[in-house]
Amino acid sequence: MADNAHAAAAEHAAEGTGLVFHPMDQFKVQPLFGHGGEVSFYTPTNAMLWLGLTVLAVFLIMVVGTRGRAIVPSRGQSIGELAYGFVHKMIEDVTGKDALVYFPYIMTLFMFILMNNFLGLIPTSFANTAQIATTAILAFAVFFAVTIIGFVKHGSHFLGLFWVTSAPLAIRPVLAVIEVISYFVRPVSHSIRLAGNITAGHAVMKVFAAFAGLVALSPLAILGITAMYGLEMLVAFIQAYVFTILTCVYLKDALHPSH
Amino acid sequence: MEGSIAEMGKFIGAGLSAFGMGLAAIGVGNVAGNFLAGALRNPSAAGGQTATLFIGIAFAEALGIFSFLVALLLMFAV
Amino acid sequence: MATESHGAEAVAAGHAAAESAGMPQLAVETFSNQIFWLVVALVATYLILSRVALPRIAAVLAERQGTITNDIAAAEELKLKAKEAEAAYEKALADARSQANQIVEATRAEIKADLDAALAKADAEIAAKAAESEKAIAEIRASAAESAAEVAKDTAKELIAVLGGDVDGRSVAAAVTSRMKG
Repeated sequence: MADNAHAAAAEHAAEGTGLVFHPMDQFKVQPLFGHGGEVSFYTPTNAMLWLGLTVLAVFLIMVVGTRGRAIVPSRGQSIGELAYGFVHKMIEDVTGKDALVYFPYIMTLFMFILMNNFLGLIPTSFANTAQIATTAILAFAVFFAVTIIGFVKHGSHFLGLFWVTSAPLAIRPVLAVIEVISYFVRPVSHSIRLAGNITAGHAVMKVFAAFAGLVALSPLAILGITAMYGLEMLVAFIQAYVFTILTCVYLKDALHPSH
Repeated sequence: MEGSIAEMGKFIGAGLSAFGMGLAAIGVGNVAGNFLAGALRNPSAAGGQTATLFIGIAFAEALGIFSFLVALLLMFAV
Repeated sequence: MATESHGAEAVAAGHAAAESAGMPQLAVETFSNQIFWLVVALVATYLILSRVALPRIAAVLAERQGTITNDIAAAEELKLKAKEAEAAYEKALADARSQANQIVEATRAEIKADLDAALAKADAEIAAKAAESEKAIAEIRASAAESAAEVAKDTAKELIAVLGGDVDGRSVAAAVTSRMKG
């Protein structure tokens, strides 16, 4: 991965001198071993490496950190308990107690996205959550799961979600069309929100980094990178939170479709 | 620059779509500001509404992200 | 400025490079790879969390809750015991106090009775002595009055005899007696 980054940098350096803007190169999926070549579905790529590290991070925090099973928690254990309590309370507050059946999957989503966002902030790393393909899978999984749960739990009553009985009869069909459209836009906005936020932050940092090549501007550029990095730490958490809470909101629609 | 009209159109379009990000910023500021105004009036009810605040901010911000995406697409993909 | 021309060159170069690659997120040939590994990672995370981490944390939290509840219950019990002990102590104190009061009352009554008896006895003695004295005084007074009458009669007789009158003892006594009464 590092080799590839160096190779890419060298390649670009050959193209011109002075300011070089390649804000999007960090999102390239590349094979870990050997340059170029075809990327088939099982090829070990940088995407695979950072997904694996994400799983490892989740494992370290949630399993290794809590191995003491102490009544009075250690530092590591209290991080795990904090994450557990945070998501647990979120589901209870937003969706209701009957949604706690889905707690493991929502917890998976939260921890996975959070860890991936934070790992993506490590310089020269690869942010999977900036990839439309990755977030689209996450969002569409939620979308299909929610739709299926809605139909299984409520049958055709689930369609009442689109028929706003509290509105006057005359405008109900119009509202129904709007509701249906907004329902199907959900996974798109759900996925693009996450990927877009992460992409934007990383690209802006890369643009600032490119300005650092200019001696006169380099202090400003480094200051800009530092400020953006702080903001991106915040964004990394907030986007994981927002993705999870929107999942809870959509799940609430499926479990309690009456408005 | 080779002086292609299509090339110029891309850059102009990307620049125009950057306005959307500023508008989204207004939207996010509106949400946060109104939340703060309400929270100062009734601080005891504010704690339970943080989730709603973040959902509101996320919805407002998503549209700004869409305009950013349009800019990116114009610059790199079209 | 040299940088401007450099910048323009770089942008042009960068753009040329980007055009060949496009936006990396939209490179469809890498999607299958990303999706495959994503699904693997998600399943791994899900298994780790649902099989190991979440039950463990839930157990720890439940245990902690249980410990806290037990401790609170024990504390409540101890508090109750302390309250009971306090009530017993209060009761003992009240008993002792009332007993002391009783003793005080009894002693006071006893003393009062003694005192009353002594007083009554003294009163009776005083009354007897006073009656005795009065009787003596009355006797003395009576005897004194008699003597006075006798002395007066004798004196009157002597006086009349000295004055040369005819002493009629009976009439003189009668006259003296009437005078003394008047």
